[in-house]
Amino acid sequence: MFSPQRIWWKPLGRLERSWLIIAFVWCLFLTAMMPIWYFLGRQNVPTTSYRVTPQQFSQLTTDFIAQYKVDEEKGIPVVAPPPGDIYLIGRAWEWTPILKLKKGETYRLHLSSLDFQHGFSLQPANLNFMAIPGYDYVITLTPTQSGEYSIVCNEYCFVGHHLMVGKLIVTE
Amino acid sequence: MAVIAVPWDDKQTGAVHRICTATGLRVDLAAQRLIIANAVAAVVFLAIGGLFALLIALTRWQTIHLLPAIWFYRSITAHGFDMLVAWIVFFEVAGLYFGSTVLLNARLVKPRLGWIAFALMLLGALMVNGIVLAGKADVMFTAYVPLKAHPLFYLGLVLFAVGALIAVGLFFATIVIAKVERRYQGSLPLVVYGLVTAGVLATYTLISGALTFVPALFWSLGWQASFDPGYYRNLFWSFGHPAQQVNLAAMVAIWYSLAAITTGASPLNEKFSRLAFILYLLFINLGSVHHLLVDPGLSFTYKALNTSYAMYLAVLGSLMHAFSIPAAIEVSLRRRGYTQGLLGWLRKAPWREPGFSALVISMFLFGWMGGVTGVTIGTEQLNMAIHNTLRVPGHFHATVVSGTTLAFMGMTYYLIPLIFRRELRLKRLASWQPYVFGAGMSLVTIGMIASGIQGVSRRHWDITFTQAVFPASIPGTVQLTLAIFAIGALIAIAGGMMYIAVVLSSILSRRVHEPKAATLVIGPVDMTPHEHDEEDKRLQPKGTFVLVLAFLLFFATYYFANWWLLGNQSWIVR
Ligand code: HEM
Ligand SMILES: [Cu+2]
Ligand SMILES: [Cu+2]
Repeated sequence: MFSPQRIWWKPLGRLERSWLIIAFVWCLFLTAMMPIWYFLGRQNVPTTSYRVTPQQFSQLTTDFIAQYKVDEEKGIPVVAPPPGDIYLIGRAWEWTPILKLKKGETYRLHLSSLDFQHGFSLQPANLNFMAIPGYDYVITLTPTQSGEYSIVCNEYCFVGHHLMVGKLIVTE
Repeated sequence: MAVIAVPWDDKQTGAVHRICTATGLRVDLAAQRLIIANAVAAVVFLAIGGLFALLIALTRWQTIHLLPAIWFYRSITAHGFDMLVAWIVFFEVAGLYFGSTVLLNARLVKPRLGWIAFALMLLGALMVNGIVLAGKADVMFTAYVPLKAHPLFYLGLVLFAVGALIAVGLFFATIVIAKVERRYQGSLPLVVYGLVTAGVLATYTLISGALTFVPALFWSLGWQASFDPGYYRNLFWSFGHPAQQVNLAAMVAIWYSLAAITTGASPLNEKFSRLAFILYLLFINLGSVHHLLVDPGLSFTYKALNTSYAMYLAVLGSLMHAFSIPAAIEVSLRRRGYTQGLLGWLRKAPWREPGFSALVISMFLFGWMGGVTGVTIGTEQLNMAIHNTLRVPGHFHATVVSGTTLAFMGMTYYLIPLIFRRELRLKRLASWQPYVFGAGMSLVTIGMIASGIQGVSRRHWDITFTQAVFPASIPGTVQLTLAIFAIGALIAIAGGMMYIAVVLSSILSRRVHEPKAATLVIGPVDMTPHEHDEEDKRLQPKGTFVLVLAFLLFFATYYFANWWLLGNQSWIVR
């Protein structure tokens, strides 16, 4: 609260010094964990992305749907693409199309939004990414469990936000 | 009135002051009026924000589900702004005026500018509230482009930021003039040093705020054709994140003051504590990026380097304070003879003194809940499993609510006798208040975090998805964790109302009261700084050392549990 004595530049006490060293080592370790996982871990944040206009992205997705459409559910196309590039649009307030993937195969999911920012939240796997208009975010993923997943929008996207749920199916 | 206003020795300045009867400090009356105005505005916005908290908490409690969707989103927008911006910043401005005048024995230069700043901030805050409640800005306080609000929303934010910037400028000018006029001797006191850190960070923050919201205002008016959403996010968080660090620095400064007031503690090593503040200054702004960890367009190196504040050096600053404050308290209590065992001093601590319990609970919840979850969320890969889930509000209700807000509440109790010159009323209620608020907030954070781990998203009206096209796979235990959160919310809101009751009933009393001691419940405490004796074995902060080691153990456990969750339950993703 009050001004210290004139000379306060003093060596650290024994316990202070020990704690400083322990804390610093812990901080270094925390720093190292990210690059270590980057090289060794199986879950890493995708870093590939491209600029894309909503019109271009919409066109790419429409072509993709036309090529691999197998069904329709509640007005939303279901597509069963081979491993490789796949597309997912977020727009107020739906995710389209419904993707039908195979367990153990690897896909390059192109994710973008045509209007607001949306949040891609794959449940119950609990993986979350941003879908931002103007950016094509490429997520390379391999499903590890079959079943039906939902894609919840978890970035507020105006008043219909809670209506925005999509579906993703993984088959054996 | 018992105290006569003495003209300042220097006739030219025209400043008038009084001498505080409890501390002997000089209080510039112009500064006193501004401190009172800003503190009262802060408490009013806390009350408004608290009302919204009640409404949204009862809506997220799925069993009650109170508000319709549109009012839920509207109320979150208002809650976020009123709490995070209005309550916190008004209180910080009061704190800056207090630190730069009372603690330095100085006068406030240009009080008129202070009133202009106050008016701008008040106008801005009212404008934002008005336009949000009018339903013209349902965009959350983050207002992510291309969500568009009415121009008055952005204008309100800009006015508020300009007002705050003026106040910060006034704070620096006052400190400089105090030095020039030789109002104090030697180095700045540590508390003021911490406030200076907050002030420097605030300048940077508010300028970033202007760079975000002025273009957004033009865009909303149609003067600017487009605003890239990716850039907006980057800009917004170079305002939004450092703003939290301003709160952090201000809170730590208040921790040091509360420790001094309630236990007479003075820092063991000024160099150590000041270095920790410098680490904040240098590294903390990098943290903005931990809001962008799962955004497109940014590389791993950029994300990892920034989110780790270079090498967690700002975290190191917090870890240093986490040792140095409890250690100062421990040594001060040991000095008074409570030397039994490792933790005997803790048992003898003044637990009934509201400033002390507020300090301890604030530090505990901030560190153990807020800090640990924060570092975890801010780890690049772990963020994939956390981003935009309820774990995020769970984290910051531990930091800025249980930590900062509770510390500010504790500090208010001392401003009432010292600055408002009113006797603190309802002392029993005040003694209990930090415990009630802290207990409630613990349940709030635990409930939110537990729900978030199960995938529940933040800012979401209906996680049962009754109106959506598809049902979503959210586990049934979510009902339970949301109920825990909501019951905690009700307890915390009761704690908030206790605070407001104590403050209002004290400041609305008409009788001027001259305090005899700075403490409220316990007897007077000697606050003069003491020399730390390295030789005396009984005066070593051994208990604190054990406590911080236990903390580190907890930290590591939580951190690795999260890596385990990510590695075991997720898909393979790159
Ligand atoms: C009485 C205690 C409080 C309760 C019960 C409470 C409750 C809540 C709830 C339910 C949410 C919405 C969570 C969601 O669905 O995303 C929320 C958001 C938030 N709260 Fe609080 N809160 C309290 C106090 C505070 C205080 C004191 C502050 C700041 C100092 C604060 C800052 C925020 C912020 C910044 C948000 C985020 C708003 C957004 O997502 O845009 N809260 N709070
Ligand atoms: Cu959405
Ligand atoms: Cu949404």
